[in-house]
Amino acid sequence: MNDGLSTIEQQITSDYKYGFTSDLEADQAPKGLNEDIIRFISGKKNEPEWMLEWRLKAYRHWLKMEVPEWANIKYPPVDFQDIIYYSAPKQTKKLNSLDEIDPELRRTFEKLGISLDEQKRLSGVAVDAVIDSVSVATTFREQLGELGIIFCSMSEAIQEHPELVKKYIGSVVPMTDNFYSALNSAVFTDGSFCYIPKGVRCPMELSTYFRINAQNTGQFERTLIVAEEGSYVSYLEGCTAPMRDENQLHAAVVELIAMDHAEIKYSTVQNWYPGDKEGKGGIYNFVTKRGICAGVHSKISWTQVETGSAVTWKYPSCILKGDHSVGEFYSVAVTNHHQQADTGTKMIHLGKNTRSRIVSKGISAGVSHNSYRGLVSVAKNATNARNFSQCDSLLLGDRCGAHTFPYIEVKNNTAQVEHEATTSKIGEDQIFYCNQRGIDTETAVALIVNGFAKEVMNQLPMEFAVEAQKLLAITLEGSVG
Amino acid sequence: MLQIKDLHAGIEGKEILKGINLTIRPGEVHAIMGPNGSGKSTLASVLAGRSDYEVTGGSVEFLGKDLLDLAPEARAGEGLFLAFQYPVEIPGLSTINFMKTAVNEVRKYRGQDALDAAEFLKLMKEKMSLVNIDKNLLTRSLNEGFSGGEKKRNEVFQMAMLEPKLAILDETDSGLDIDAIRIAAAGVNAIRSKENATLVITHYQRLLDYIVPDFVHVLYNGRIVKSGGKELALELEETGYSFLKNEMNIA
Repeated sequence: MNDGLSTIEQQITSDYKYGFTSDLEADQAPKGLNEDIIRFISGKKNEPEWMLEWRLKAYRHWLKMEVPEWANIKYPPVDFQDIIYYSAPKQTKKLNSLDEIDPELRRTFEKLGISLDEQKRLSGVAVDAVIDSVSVATTFREQLGELGIIFCSMSEAIQEHPELVKKYIGSVVPMTDNFYSALNSAVFTDGSFCYIPKGVRCPMELSTYFRINAQNTGQFERTLIVAEEGSYVSYLEGCTAPMRDENQLHAAVVELIAMDHAEIKYSTVQNWYPGDKEGKGGIYNFVTKRGICAGVHSKISWTQVETGSAVTWKYPSCILKGDHSVGEFYSVAVTNHHQQADTGTKMIHLGKNTRSRIVSKGISAGVSHNSYRGLVSVAKNATNARNFSQCDSLLLGDRCGAHTFPYIEVKNNTAQVEHEATTSKIGEDQIFYCNQRGIDTETAVALIVNGFAKEVMNQLPMEFAVEAQKLLAITLEGSVG
Repeated sequence: MLQIKDLHAGIEGKEILKGINLTIRPGEVHAIMGPNGSGKSTLASVLAGRSDYEVTGGSVEFLGKDLLDLAPEARAGEGLFLAFQYPVEIPGLSTINFMKTAVNEVRKYRGQDALDAAEFLKLMKEKMSLVNIDKNLLTRSLNEGFSGGEKKRNEVFQMAMLEPKLAILDETDSGLDIDAIRIAAAGVNAIRSKENATLVITHYQRLLDYIVPDFVHVLYNGRIVKSGGKELALELEETGYSFLKNEMNIA
């Protein structure tokens, strides 16, 4: 029995529970990136000429860009020529129903706990599953189709709804926006496309499950959600990846567009492989997510539970262009071992009477670093803009770090911007109190952490809140002795 | 039920308990009194298994097991409960949720099935009326923003929920007015039975007006220097602790 602090530091033994690889035969491109590879990807997907041109333009622009280094993260440089940019599980024919899916693939889903038919029967969740780069099956499509909702893979959307894709792709995140969005624009292989027509309230949660499977494959998915006037959609993205020694790159782009009176709720449970206890392996997660509240009284709400990845670089943002539009960002970011997260949001107030709310909960354990970086910007014409930001950090042990970088730019003096921040530690006395009631330390940490994150967890759709709670517990397993 | 033999313990190398001997049998209520710094709360912490205290000698047997060998949560599983002098706050975690976890963890330890939501709510309602606690309090974050009296009543409620074999009340009366003491004591008395024992730790005699002890022990300078019946508490009330010092010095 020794003093309190060392108890908290003891044993960091959490293992990644989704670390298995599936033995699927993959159809893939050779390593490296050049115009031929982009042509190969575009050709594989049988894309129209304009799409290929768009990709090439992005690629040429990317060549002139430099890797951003302003974030509070450290990692060895990524060799972009050492990555496979296209890998598809080999399938002989197009699928007509879920029953035709490769059994090995289905076992993968089952291990992930998202068996498609179970989901279909029990939860009424429409799933667009992306393994490596190709969307394997989309459930519930017909039912949604009756309402005029389009929910399909990006590849299919390019084939079947080119006019919509052409109109909106890159309209929120321009290909030239940043290094990783340019890279994604050049090589994206699949993703989800979602279109909610005017006045339609999507009757179920739409969901995508991402998983990086083949070795040395970067995953560059691209998601585009368009909500027409007066429509509503709630979308959930979940991610896992198998264990690998080497680092894998993930650079996604997500674009959301909300028209007049439309609402988009986008929730993410991110559980990419974080690397082992020594910091070996893990996913580099460089994601650009942005939504535009294009119409009046529109609303975009981002909720994220980030537990995975070796390095996370991610700022889901809202451009509040329409008058009276609302942007929200609710985040729980957990880092353990050697994980590093630099995440936050940008709320860009352009329209009048726009409101935004930021609630960020950072939890750090081990020797990890967790940074919140947020920008609240109020433009000259954005009269009566309101923002409230709350950033709380919870530390487990005394070798981890929590950092907060709030940026505020206000050009209109009618704006009201509030920022609150707290940092606290899980106390030995809290843990002992739980122990004395018969609760072991691991469970106690889970209870305390979930209490800390409750405000954000409450924003998640019910069926995923439970999963996210378990995930928090798994991630922090063994982080307190 | 509980046998403490020549227990020595301290913190950061400083010995606080210098040879405690105490035996508690089922159905008994023992009170430990003593001036500040005599080691009362240390005894409670050592029995509950707080890790910053170090046991340097002696033994403690609880229901036939070596208590000092068990982790704090296992001690709870065996039926030992400590009502804290300073209950901690856990933001975002409701007492209901906390208790559901605790009750089921203890049941798991005892090889019993977990209670489902309906069974748990039934148990909770029963215990709520027993200790006269408001449901609103239980849905709020654990102890956060609670008054002193509410915190102590919550401790008594948790005790009722966990049905311990041995309940240790560490200065449950501290900081409470007489009404709050009466309510807390009524809760404790409602749970008393022939099978259970209670160890009341207090500085003042007044709690013992409401929880009447079978035995009173005076703890001074890490040792039990005097034991007697409930009249000993009244005697102390009259003369104060200063006589102890004189008595000890003469001896």
